Amino acid sequence: MLELDCRGLVCPAPVIELARRIGDVAAGELVGVVATDAAARYDVPAWCRMTGQEYAGEETADDGVPRYVVRRVR
Amino acid sequence: MSATEGLAEHGRRVYLDTASGEALHPAARQSFAAALETAYADPRRLHHAGRAARLVLDNARAATADALGLRPDEVTFTSSGTDAVHRGLLGLHRGAERHGDTIVHTAVEHSAVLQAASWTRSPTRSIPVDAEARIDLDALDLEDATVVACQSANHEVGTLQPVAELAARLDGVPLFVDACASAGRLPLPDGWSALAASAHKWGGPPGVGILAVRHGARWREPFPEDDRAAERESGFENVPAILAAAAALRAVVDERDAECVRQHALVDRLRTVVGGLPEVEVVGSPDDRLPHLVTFSCLYVDGEALVTELDRQGFEVASGSACTSSALEPSHVLAAMGALTHGNVRVSVGRDTTDGDVERFLAVLPGVLGDLRARL
Repeated sequence: MLELDCRGLVCPAPVIELARRIGDVAAGELVGVVATDAAARYDVPAWCRMTGQEYAGEETADDGVPRYVVRRVR
Repeated sequence: MSATEGLAEHGRRVYLDTASGEALHPAARQSFAAALETAYADPRRLHHAGRAARLVLDNARAATADALGLRPDEVTFTSSGTDAVHRGLLGLHRGAERHGDTIVHTAVEHSAVLQAASWTRSPTRSIPVDAEARIDLDALDLEDATVVACQSANHEVGTLQPVAELAARLDGVPLFVDACASAGRLPLPDGWSALAASAHKWGGPPGVGILAVRHGARWREPFPEDDRAAERESGFENVPAILAAAAALRAVVDERDAECVRQHALVDRLRTVVGGLPEVEVVGSPDDRLPHLVTFSCLYVDGEALVTELDRQGFEVASGSACTSSALEPSHVLAAMGALTHGNVRVSVGRDTTDGDVERFLAVLPGVLGDLRARL
């Protein structure tokens, strides 16, 4: 999984970073957005819906910060 | 800000935030000015000036009740819509405290409802909503409920709630309806025990709320009682503003059949064009909605920057994005719907909004979005 460290970034920066980097992984592979911003919990799944990618769920990074996982499908 | 900023292309600023507050209706101005001269005294005093103020207040109450389809003795004037929400919700909660302890509310209520519920320290339970912000009636759980709070329509995205269907399922639990977003523009729904409305949303002055409590509803004063003539009253009413609010309401209700169709069509036009822009999502119900507002979210754009840039171009809109709120939390309404919370804009039209205003906004918006995204 490609992990994007978006700690400390506020909306819409984590989603912009996700859009920039999704092409760095092959279709079927995962990107994890680690973000402290409260809006990322809603905006990462919404971004997936709007752009045709798959939201794979929320995890927790080692430091307790949420990691929002996206599977590239196209 | 200079006086000419944002006036360049079309010579005037375009106010598209009537859902936050509408300019005073022309019908209210004369009543307001006249009542400032004549209705200054305490309406509870028995002298001539007091009786004159009482007459104005009673006339305003009768006109308000008539326009909203209420009985005059169901209407209490409050100091704001928020105050009416607090008193309506908490009075029903107190009135039912022997039957339970839990306040049930929709996930997309106005923060005034959520804050009032939280203030009681009683348990609360949320009714989830679908992607259009409409409540899921099958998820209703009334265990230990004292009161159920459901808005008539959502203040951020405009979706109408199925209030009558909800009321039919409440099994005796009283219903509180926050009708601030719709009152005046649409008839009030049925089935509630207490309801709140706000005058500045229909073109009355700010600082006037309406608390309606149905005859026979179990409502108990949730705050310190006031030594006034009638139950539920608190403090010396702003009689001139109340009269102006009643005059505006009557005018708005008289003209609403035509005006709502016109505003609905303006919003249809906005929804169609904005919905066709790249990476923009229009949220809320397309049909079952308030006539005058639309909300959309734009990928990769900061809501504050969008509001600021549109303002610089002469268009005044609201935003539910976190970056524009003091809390730095995204809109709980957009979050509950699963909608994109950043780059959010709410556009709301009013009686002064023209087709040309909407077309100019639509002409400017794509360029503003393009510029903001290009700065990334």
